[in-house]
Amino acid sequence: MTDGAHAATRSGVRPREAATHCPYCALQCGMVLRATGAGVEVAPRDFPTNRGGLCQKGWTAADLLDHPDRLTTPLLRDRPGGELRPAGWDEALDRVATALRAVRQRHGPDAVAVFGGGGLTNEKAYALGRFARVSLGTRHIDYNGRWCMSSAAAAGNRAFGVDRGLPFPLADLGRADTLLLVGANPAETMPPLMRHLADQRARGGRLIVVDPRATATARQADLHLQPLPGTDLAVANALLHIALTEGWLDRAYIDTRTTGFDEVRRTVAGYWPAEVERLSGVPVADLEATARALATVDRAVILTARGAEQHAKGVDTVTALINLALALGLPGRAGSGYGCLTGQGNGQGGREHGQKADQLPGYRRIDDPAARAHVARVWGVDPATLPGPGVPAYQLLDSLGTASGPKALLVFGSNPVVSAPRAARIESRLRDLDLLVVADFLRSETAELADVVLPVAQWAEEDGTMTNLEGRVLRRRALREPPAGVRTDLEVIAGLAARLPGAERLPTDPRTVFEELRLASAGGPADYAGITWDRIDADNGVFWPCPDSDGPDRPRLFADRFPTPDGRARFHPVTHRPAAEPVCAEYPLHLTTGRVLAQYQSGTQTRRVAALRRAAPGGFVELHPELAARLGAAEGDELRVVSRRGELCAPARISPAIRPDTVFTPFHWPGAARANSVTNDAVDPVSGMPEFKICAVRVERA
Amino acid sequence: MRVVIVGHGMAGSRLAAELHARGGDRKVTVLGAEPHRAYNRILLSTLLAGKITEPDVELAEVSGQGVDLRTGVTAVAIDRAARQVRTADGDRIPYDHLVLATGARAVVPPLPGLDPAGLPDRVAAFRTLADCRRILATARGARRALVLGGGLLGLEAARGLAARGLDVTVVHPTPWLMERQLDAAAGAVLADTLAGLGVSTVLGVPATAVTADPDRVRLDLADGRTLAADLLVLSCGVRPDTALATAAGLTVQRGIVVDDRLRTSDPDVSAIGDCAQHDGVPTGLVAPAWAQARVVARLLSGEEPTARYRPRPAVTRLKAAGIDLAAMGDPGAGPGEELVFSDATRGTYARLRIDGDRLTGAILLGDNPAVGTVVQLFDRGGPVPADRRSLLLGRAFGTAPATSSTSPALMPDGATVCQCNDVSKGALVACWRGGARTVDEVVAATRAGTGCGGCRDAVAGLVGWLAAADSVAVPG
Repeated sequence: MTDGAHAATRSGVRPREAATHCPYCALQCGMVLRATGAGVEVAPRDFPTNRGGLCQKGWTAADLLDHPDRLTTPLLRDRPGGELRPAGWDEALDRVATALRAVRQRHGPDAVAVFGGGGLTNEKAYALGRFARVSLGTRHIDYNGRWCMSSAAAAGNRAFGVDRGLPFPLADLGRADTLLLVGANPAETMPPLMRHLADQRARGGRLIVVDPRATATARQADLHLQPLPGTDLAVANALLHIALTEGWLDRAYIDTRTTGFDEVRRTVAGYWPAEVERLSGVPVADLEATARALATVDRAVILTARGAEQHAKGVDTVTALINLALALGLPGRAGSGYGCLTGQGNGQGGREHGQKADQLPGYRRIDDPAARAHVARVWGVDPATLPGPGVPAYQLLDSLGTASGPKALLVFGSNPVVSAPRAARIESRLRDLDLLVVADFLRSETAELADVVLPVAQWAEEDGTMTNLEGRVLRRRALREPPAGVRTDLEVIAGLAARLPGAERLPTDPRTVFEELRLASAGGPADYAGITWDRIDADNGVFWPCPDSDGPDRPRLFADRFPTPDGRARFHPVTHRPAAEPVCAEYPLHLTTGRVLAQYQSGTQTRRVAALRRAAPGGFVELHPELAARLGAAEGDELRVVSRRGELCAPARISPAIRPDTVFTPFHWPGAARANSVTNDAVDPVSGMPEFKICAVRVERA
Repeated sequence: MRVVIVGHGMAGSRLAAELHARGGDRKVTVLGAEPHRAYNRILLSTLLAGKITEPDVELAEVSGQGVDLRTGVTAVAIDRAARQVRTADGDRIPYDHLVLATGARAVVPPLPGLDPAGLPDRVAAFRTLADCRRILATARGARRALVLGGGLLGLEAARGLAARGLDVTVVHPTPWLMERQLDAAAGAVLADTLAGLGVSTVLGVPATAVTADPDRVRLDLADGRTLAADLLVLSCGVRPDTALATAAGLTVQRGIVVDDRLRTSDPDVSAIGDCAQHDGVPTGLVAPAWAQARVVARLLSGEEPTARYRPRPAVTRLKAAGIDLAAMGDPGAGPGEELVFSDATRGTYARLRIDGDRLTGAILLGDNPAVGTVVQLFDRGGPVPADRRSLLLGRAFGTAPATSSTSPALMPDGATVCQCNDVSKGALVACWRGGARTVDEVVAATRAGTGCGGCRDAVAGLVGWLAAADSVAVPG
């Protein structure tokens, strides 16, 4: 494995090899791409996150570069119901610009909306936010990361004053005496991360997993808590209750580094283990063992992922776990802490630089006058012209084409027809738009509905930066030019801006955009001012915040203080509430959704890779043998899962790894097996996170 | 709307919080006779054990923003005609709706030497924070304690005192402990378990008299024995506190009679918690009291005018270091099948009753890993598993093993060795046959072991097996 590849820029000499990172998840495994006569080869690279590992998705990532489904020309639909036809770039961009101007003239600037993605580079996420606020003048921009990281982000901001997924390097996991994973299944979602857990186990550490399914991760745990879906918050409060009654709290830490504990103490006093056992099904003895394992060791880490977060009470659930971590004195203690495992490739950076409805670059708030003034200065506009906060993703999509909602939508790096909750409804909202534009490199299910599809470059054809799950800013390095007819997202954004009122000339060179991002983020919570591409290249990545180019970066946060006004972390009392949709006689089972190892997100990419399709050919309904017996269903029988919002059909996969009162289906497939035809669109009141992880269904043989 | 809540215990404080959470322009007045914050009675035995201090038993409470909390104020009468509550200091507080949450009082058994109006030194009930303080004051410097009453609370008090290092004896009039929840066999296992924790038991013998002097308390038993100790804790049940309701002319039986809306015989007056009697029985537990508070809050706030209280069957749980007991329903009676597992030597006992495919009762004592599942099946009425053994053995039974220990020779060709890269045994064998001879070569060619790395050993084992098989198969 070599790491000798050099940075490539579009103007430079093209190397035959590029040291870059995987295009998929937030682990951002290091890899080397090599151009050979036969195509592009992938090899793993010894980077601190993946330590030379790659899962099958990474190994096969280059299969899409020259895939026959690859889009290499813009597509236009001439009339509703007509077919998409190939078109030239000028025609396509003119068409978009003309339609955007018309919508804006008729309905005002907020009638145009932008939907981004957590897979876009920092440069693209930043450029998209600026484009929305300045070129389009709309307040309506949000992104699919709202469905990924928003609950953990809101809870982290509320407690710590900052949201960096892991406030410590991943390698710290390997040294934890106790590691608690809540709703996380890295063995399938980011396999190379398990190398750190193997380290941890080899050193004698304990792994405890909280998951309603006995996942590949849970099966490796010393202790697996298998709660009823939707009861993680109560479990967390019970763990704190036990720590309190056993005298295991770090009182000195609580006194000197936090505020608000008394109300939390009084709240968790009401979560005695027997009652939580009844609610969650987790035996009291297991709750006690977990609390003991966390509280009576030197180094303990608590991590959450989507299983805990994708609920209408996701923010409070994460907060309950943060309360536990704070009461045990973990955050800021060497080798200890709380963190969340970010999902999408740039799920971290994508939530820092302005794709979020309420946010400006540097993780600034768009309703903060000082933040507006700073960013407006960088952008060369009057702060008064910047729009205010928009609405979260689901609310935005659900308003499309309605009387008061946006009439035009630009989508970059997202496929909401498959990934949105209550997807059939969102699909119909998208159809109601006057104009739908999708920038993608494949004809995703959302692109199929578009009026204009713009073919864009893939990861191996572009330079830029990504911020991984550790808050480490990395370099994505291009191996080759995009194929003829394909443009980069930055070129698309610039092409549109030039055609809109104001005729702004936006940079298309990612390094230039990054330089502007540095200025815009300077002084914000996610401060990139001191990060340069050269420094990233020299240092194996740079951890934000990094305000000075000759000052240090921050691999570990919170050692001395929290970035709150008084330097202390904040406890927030939180209480359990039932799932938004309880089970009943008509819909007696819980449905929970998630991923499989060989597919990624809405599957637009991975479903087209032959090896991945072989490994995971289609959707399925995982159910317990007891439930299967009652339904009279055998392995492979077609099952129908019905909720109040819709239904899905997929073959039965019978497994004792799931609770008999719960069924599971993965969310990577469109059509009949689409998980989100069934899911609930109830959202968290703070984060806007939909309740992907629990709804009430009935299951019948199809 | 003016709501007055009499009582600031677990039920009253919860109702105030539930009303507060629902907003609106109600004025809520809470009268608490005890002078301190609301506290969690469930934690009093932990306080006895010395693991926590008084602030740790406090519960979240609300005051301000429409809630007027008056602690140390005792309600002495209800004037239903004028719709007013009279307090000990002479105030009259008008209400549109009154909620009684007056709780229950510890029963002092009618024994010579015990005056309910004033217990002797060294004798204490176990009900309130004040009782707890009294016990702790006496326990300081004490060596031996007696607990009269071997129900759930008595045993919790006993293990709390034992945890302080006291030598504790529980005296119980019936032949086994917790006879309302347990059968004789479970009672015997529990007594053994307690003995191991420093709590001895005297069973089947009523007490006949108490003699207390300044430095000793003696308990006479019906069989002629006399037990002496430094401290006697009474845990002989509770009686709903109905005095105010009775004086106001509300219908009272064992408790204040309420309907499914928690209304008393006066529709402007509700009662919740230990003082209330719903469907013939007072609840006596916290979870139902909180459920009742929620129903009343929904009704009074107008949030859900059709809200009704539906009692859940009780699950009795005794969990402390070395003790793990869950009891629900009556596994000894009723139709259906019975499952019994007993390992008295190790302190484990399980008895379950199943009617059709529903669990109708269970006693689980000791190490029962399925306790969480059993409690939920009882609670939610879910169908029990066809293989009943999983109810006794829990997840240890029926789930796939974490790692396959199958020897490479026995694995089917289609078996996946590397999940991360979807590599089967067959693919690894084919790779070997194709000329790869070392683990590194096989890994490089198949990508097995390059994801999480967890199958590296399995791949090495397979390569070793292939090498060995080859050396045998190739004629020398």
